[in-house]
Amino acid sequence: MSALLELRHVTKTFGGLTAVNDVSFDVAAGEVVGLIGPNGAGKTTVFNLITGNYRVNEGTIELEGVPLTALRTNRIVRLGVARTFQNIRLFQQLSALENVLAGRHCRTRTGLLASLLRPPGQRREERETVARALAELEFVGLRGRDLDLAKNLAYGDQRRLEIARALATEPKLLVLDEPAGGMNEHETGLLVELIGQIRQRGVTVLLIEHDMSLVMRACHRIVVLEFGEKIAEGIPEAIQRDPRVIEAYLGVEDG
Amino acid sequence: MSRRLVGIYLVVAVGLAAAPRFLDAYQIDVINSVGLYVLLALSLNLILGDAGLFNMGHAAFYAMGAYTAAILNTRLGLPILWALPASGLVAALFAALVARPVIHLRGDYLLVVTIGLGEIVRIALVNDVFGLTGGANGIFGIARPVLLGHKIRKPDEFLYLIWGFVAVTVFLFHRLEQSRFGRALTYLREDPVAAEGSGIDTARYKLMAFALGAAWAGMTGALYASKMTIISPESFSFWESVVVFLMVILGGSGSIPGVMVGAAIVVLMPEVFRTFATARMLVFGLVMMIMMVVRPQGLLPWRALRFKRSDLPRREAAP
Repeated sequence: MSALLELRHVTKTFGGLTAVNDVSFDVAAGEVVGLIGPNGAGKTTVFNLITGNYRVNEGTIELEGVPLTALRTNRIVRLGVARTFQNIRLFQQLSALENVLAGRHCRTRTGLLASLLRPPGQRREERETVARALAELEFVGLRGRDLDLAKNLAYGDQRRLEIARALATEPKLLVLDEPAGGMNEHETGLLVELIGQIRQRGVTVLLIEHDMSLVMRACHRIVVLEFGEKIAEGIPEAIQRDPRVIEAYLGVEDG
Repeated sequence: MSRRLVGIYLVVAVGLAAAPRFLDAYQIDVINSVGLYVLLALSLNLILGDAGLFNMGHAAFYAMGAYTAAILNTRLGLPILWALPASGLVAALFAALVARPVIHLRGDYLLVVTIGLGEIVRIALVNDVFGLTGGANGIFGIARPVLLGHKIRKPDEFLYLIWGFVAVTVFLFHRLEQSRFGRALTYLREDPVAAEGSGIDTARYKLMAFALGAAWAGMTGALYASKMTIISPESFSFWESVVVFLMVILGGSGSIPGVMVGAAIVVLMPEVFRTFATARMLVFGLVMMIMMVVRPQGLLPWRALRFKRSDLPRREAAP
């Protein structure tokens, strides 16, 4: 299996603090990979490095062999990496449909002049864009809420809307930062299903999650971080038994 | 555009078209002044209202356009309406050039830089840069515009020229609002990080908003130059930038009808309350304070509804 995403010796420091230290791992095409670790382990920092929100100090990040480390976020999205945010970042004042249309932006072309003059090509693209955005809303189960403002959606629905917006960019890799955060058991179950459907569409998923039931059910492989370093990597069953992981999560028993 | 809004626009258009029958030359001149400020407010609205970039140096772009038209007209004899696109282009290029290094600044930092920009342009004009701007005296003898062989001279003729340009602008800007370009600006204003993360080149759109807003301010400047036939740096003072900023905020940032109402109020209010002209600033300040407390979103706030239920196709299968 060839790697879709490749992190090699990635290091990120903030002043004197090393948030991510020499982390390397691969995500193969078609996989669902979980990135776990205690609070402050550097998981979200790794995500921000992949999506270009932060710059690495050392190391390389490549998507299908293309280095991402010097690119701005919108270029990385266009290359095929879409993300959601830990603290939902929807366009709260806009409708669900318009939120998803934001994701279609990088796959459409209408420029300033065509926006003003509206030639037939622009009208067609606009129609297709709306249809595609509605299809994404249908996919995450929000069709019918198209014109509701994002801020008026329930918390779980907002998380799904963010996923729809990310999917609208036609990503190869979808990066989810705590997708089950704030969800109840039922919603989490639906989310596991949704992640399965996303994978069936051929989209690779990398996710951060604290809900271990979700991680164990949804992920093929797990990477564990602690204090910015990778301490384990493997299939869920192996990770559950790994003494270093148990130590990181539960602490060591004095004896 | 909703049907109701189109109706209101039509009523206003008919009213303006009939205005010369009922109003005297002075009153028409005030309405023309409103028209020019409406254009300025609409152009700033692209930058401040749609893209959310605090620009308090808009007079700089207005000046660039006015001086470009004046120089082309007086030195090269280019008719003023031919100079109009050139004014827009020069202002847009200037905006793209100066905005590039500062575009990443946020909120009030950008505001301070743009104030500086406006002052630099004004002082450069006073100091007669390149020996072209006529220093503090400005440029005079700018020709009247000629439209289809007819020289536009009287206030009611200018009324049709200026408000005709307003009509075209409103039509185009509404189209822009309802397009991929307009949406990108809205995303940028609502949450720049989420916009960039959704694949929108935010730096590029910030620059485009600046350039387009400047282009329109520049063309307005050309109209202004031909209406006055004389321009000087004091017409493009910091105060002009503040007034246009005020129009956008007061009327409703991001709302096309809103900023037009804002422009009308800010121009007309001092005319109506002429008796206490000296207390004008006091009233202005008071109005702003009351607005910020009671209605911070402006008189006619921007509304997000771009799509109606009837615009959307029926449900269809997932991809």
